Amino acid sequence: MEDVYQELARIVGPAYVSNQPEERFIYSRDPGTMEPREPDFVVLPATTDEVQKIVLLANRKKVPLVPMGGGLVLSGLSRPLKGGIVLDLKRMNRILEVNEKSRYVLVEAGTSQGMLQAYLQKNHPTLKHSVPDSPPMATIGGNVLIHGSGHLSHAAGFHSEMLNGLEAVLPTGEVVKIGSCSISPYWFGRAPLPDLAGLFLGWFGTTGVVTKVAIKLYPNRPWQDVGVFVTEDPELVPEVFYQAAGVQVAEDITAWMAPKPDWARGFQHVNINYAADTPEELIWKRNLIRASLKKLIDQKTGGFLPLPPPMKKNFLEAPQTTLAQFADVRKGGGFEYVGGIMPIELFPNAYRAGIEIAARQGTTYSTGARIIGPGHCMMFFFAYPFNRADEADVERARRALEETNGLVLDLGGIPWKAEAPAQRQILGRMDPGTLNLMDRIRAMLDPQGIMNPGNWEVR
Amino acid sequence: MNDLKFSREICERCETFDCLTRCQYLKMDFATAREERGRLLQGEKARVLEECVTCYACEEYCPYGNHPFYQIVERQEQLGIWPVPKPVTKQQILMMAPKGKISPKKVQSPVVNMCYFPMFTGSIRGKLFEGASTIVGSDFFCNVMWLHFGKNSVIRERLPEVIANIWEHYLSDSGVEELVCFHDECYGTYTRLAPAFGIKVPFKPVHIFDYLNKRLDELKDRIQPLGQKVAYQRSCSNRLVPETQPWMDEIFKKIGAERVDRKYDRENALCCGTIFRAQQKDDLADDVQKRNLDDMAATGAKFCVFSCPACLFTLGESVFKRGIMPILLNDLCQIALGEGMKGG
Amino acid sequence: MEFADILHRCFRCGYCKFPDNYQDFNCPSYSKFRFETYSPGGRMWLLRAWLNQEIKTSPRLAEILFSCATCGNCVERCVFPKFKDDILHAFLAAREEMVNQGIVPPAVRDYLKALQVHGNPYKLPGGEREKWSTGLDLEPYAGQEYLFHAGCVGSLDERGMKMARSVVVLLKWLGVPFGVLGAGEICDGNEARSLGEKGVFQSLREQNLQAFRTLGVKKVIALSPHAYHAFKNDYPRDPAPFEVFHYTQVLGARAKKLSGLSSANGLRVTYHDPCYLGRHNQEYQAPRRALKSVPGLQLVEMGRVKGNSFCCGGGGGNFFTDLLGGGPESPARARVREAAGTGASVLAVACPNCARMLEDAVKAQDLQGEITVKEISEIIQGPMQT
Repeated sequence: MEDVYQELARIVGPAYVSNQPEERFIYSRDPGTMEPREPDFVVLPATTDEVQKIVLLANRKKVPLVPMGGGLVLSGLSRPLKGGIVLDLKRMNRILEVNEKSRYVLVEAGTSQGMLQAYLQKNHPTLKHSVPDSPPMATIGGNVLIHGSGHLSHAAGFHSEMLNGLEAVLPTGEVVKIGSCSISPYWFGRAPLPDLAGLFLGWFGTTGVVTKVAIKLYPNRPWQDVGVFVTEDPELVPEVFYQAAGVQVAEDITAWMAPKPDWARGFQHVNINYAADTPEELIWKRNLIRASLKKLIDQKTGGFLPLPPPMKKNFLEAPQTTLAQFADVRKGGGFEYVGGIMPIELFPNAYRAGIEIAARQGTTYSTGARIIGPGHCMMFFFAYPFNRADEADVERARRALEETNGLVLDLGGIPWKAEAPAQRQILGRMDPGTLNLMDRIRAMLDPQGIMNPGNWEVR
Repeated sequence: MNDLKFSREICERCETFDCLTRCQYLKMDFATAREERGRLLQGEKARVLEECVTCYACEEYCPYGNHPFYQIVERQEQLGIWPVPKPVTKQQILMMAPKGKISPKKVQSPVVNMCYFPMFTGSIRGKLFEGASTIVGSDFFCNVMWLHFGKNSVIRERLPEVIANIWEHYLSDSGVEELVCFHDECYGTYTRLAPAFGIKVPFKPVHIFDYLNKRLDELKDRIQPLGQKVAYQRSCSNRLVPETQPWMDEIFKKIGAERVDRKYDRENALCCGTIFRAQQKDDLADDVQKRNLDDMAATGAKFCVFSCPACLFTLGESVFKRGIMPILLNDLCQIALGEGMKGG
Repeated sequence: MEFADILHRCFRCGYCKFPDNYQDFNCPSYSKFRFETYSPGGRMWLLRAWLNQEIKTSPRLAEILFSCATCGNCVERCVFPKFKDDILHAFLAAREEMVNQGIVPPAVRDYLKALQVHGNPYKLPGGEREKWSTGLDLEPYAGQEYLFHAGCVGSLDERGMKMARSVVVLLKWLGVPFGVLGAGEICDGNEARSLGEKGVFQSLREQNLQAFRTLGVKKVIALSPHAYHAFKNDYPRDPAPFEVFHYTQVLGARAKKLSGLSSANGLRVTYHDPCYLGRHNQEYQAPRRALKSVPGLQLVEMGRVKGNSFCCGGGGGNFFTDLLGGGPESPARARVREAAGTGASVLAVACPNCARMLEDAVKAQDLQGEITVKEISEIIQGPMQT
């Protein structure tokens, strides 16, 4: 492998390639429960050109190649399951263009969520992107490619739906542009062309290395508020979602449920975030949302919490820093979650089953659900914290996650950003025609099988 | 068990129905009020039971001290009326439950009861509170807030334990009989609510205004008159103890501040609005807050004094945006004593 | 190892890499090297693996550990309140382990050896320490209200000496009664402590305490924020044998008197908060008060200021070991690019390490025509010729 190392050093410069035990240790793991898988090399390219050269090298030498963004999926998708090269793309973090009128931004795929957010706040304060609740180190490219969701997903869908176009290096080394950018100097969208973005979205890096993404931007309205609607009967929650989402004035609708603190156990809280250009508009939106929930309010079976302004600050943050703190619940720096994408009417089933699984596996938990679009589906998450210094605790969380993946599928949902074992479960239930198509696409794009092998392995 | 000391006879003989006709929110005429009084006494559903915003003012308006508001709350609970939606009510009851985290310690006078407001313990400082001990925590929460939720039962259940916690773990062992109540609510609880429910209070509650007056007298050589106009946001709980209003006037005089004359002060005070939001009455909360803030702003006041932390949380930001500095009364006194704001 | 019990609690979420507005990477070593291993989270996980013998001691591991500038951004930004305050303590404890095992990068070894043998990192005789004040007619310390401490960089580095001279001239003009120890001055020990050489630090501390006790020193003005930090936090407290001030605090308290000294004629100045004065000791206002005392001076702030300040890369011993230096991605060069981006023509500093690091970076970045690094007293004492 020494020749590979030398070649990589020639491509990116010796400072940006490592085969040292330290890098191999860190890049073999992510903060979730999956077992470590060591790479042979870690490389930090700075340009598409460098990525292309690395891909060609990997092809020639038949060395596995694993693209990595923030490494924060928690389900271990950036671990190299079969060794090879981890491509840490975070040096490719330039913000290339903001089109204010057509509201989109073009960035290199390794741009962090935080830096884009800061850049827009400073230079284009009337615009914002949909920020996921992952820590700000998560990358724009990574989050789009796994069908992430965030603070504008009720208004505008999955983050993959906000993709206008991308540039990628195919597994065979060609650089392609997808979307309007393939013809026009503008990156305004994927329509009206055949939508080739689907060759990369949700594929976990098995179909190429995405080097640039253009995503939609949205108005950044100066007045913001949040209403937290509380119920104690999970059967009511789909109705809460349906009604509140049907108004279509909120930006984000996310439920949260947890057994701790004690006062939270048994209650379902639905955060409804909305924003406006004037205080009057804010009140108008608030009243529309309230009116949509009037029936439950009149029946006294649900109501908004009377939160004074200082207590709303956490709920108005994007990303919410308190979510990462869940990792210290077991004083052990770890949590992982199953995000089940499913219809909203499955909320009570998912909610009850999550509590049962946690009890059965002897682990604590936190659950919640983010609404996608006007209630078209939800990302119901089951999060299990663990103490990474206690192997038994990690194993409990692992078993809970595994059982939860099965539950989600049994309910009719699909685990999002599924780890390798869950992928096999998904593929095991997939329509044979679809399976065959995935297989053909993989084989066509990646004949050498170098791209993140071990993931989405149909055969 | 702990029957409410409400006299049906006194209520029946009342000719003025002040509790209902003076209500700023129901605005009942005489005839309607008479009818309401009848329904309330008969234990029937009445408009006031559904519409009461729980501002506590009728406790002040009743010329006989016959606890009309506590009686309204009693009826609400008897008839299964929830002024605040059930999940919100139940969650608040859990949130404010005693946690059994008591660390008995010797205390020395003045002992200041911070109720369940640990975030304000830092304001017990300086010459004004020299040598003070504090008691704070869920196990010392005065529980008067359940009046807003139609839950006298929670008061009955928890208040005796709270009183015992304070007396047995702190005051009695230390030979201290007086308890300075940082918040109106606590003073109202121990001097009005507890007796109304027949719950004995072995210690002597001291209102924060009373304490501040005495200390200001002792420290009068240090006072630098503020020369400022100050508005006052009178809390609901102060309605339980209206005798304290002249004490506040004295404090203002001592610190050289002018308590501005405004429409929504004293008996016309408006609620901060948080409870209206809990009742899902946002429009009412918006209206009341706007009128209150407009009224404050029109006076040219530089400060707005709060004696209730909940009012401060609710209105502080809005008050500040109007160019008025929100401040606790004890912090304002501290400024007059040249001790500035904490961290300033 | 002390603080080993917090290592596994790191989630590697990466908040530690950013300031609170996320505008750019704010961890100097991560910003330069860009491997996850060089971030605070990477170090936490690697140290745990090292203690568990999952990875061996190696030059790379030592470089990873010693390239931390101890700037404290991670402590400030970590979202885990139960252990964030001990992150740097854990790194220093690990450095102590490595020093004890004799496994340190050569540059660290050389620094510590020079300090042990010569009492300063420059391998100069002790007598050289008094030369910075030649011609200034400073009084030897003999019971004045303040002792002025120049420190190793202020006494022996060319840029540091320039800064020390400017500061004492201004202090004299203000009538601040102080004396100096000259050749008798001893290193404060902050860099030794931050490099894990506990023994040397303790020895220097004892020597300083003894000297100050003998001389009856009650108040110290430190030129360097590094010395200020050590005197304030790592020398005895409760009770502290002497009060310590950073010189900007002395200037800031006398801002009114300073305002007559010169005029800035609309000079645009941006101020770099040094980590050991700012983030570690929360002193953000005094230097700004001192700067604003100059009539006509326009203070323009960078995006990363105060608790968000981006370290010049000179802390944690790196001023001497230079593990972070070099290349366009060095923290110092990134910082001067940020400063130039404000449109300011002067980058104000309050630390001799920052002065040298950032001045060198301006040259390396070819920004000489655009921005000049000046220490605060230099700005106050004269209008700028850019």
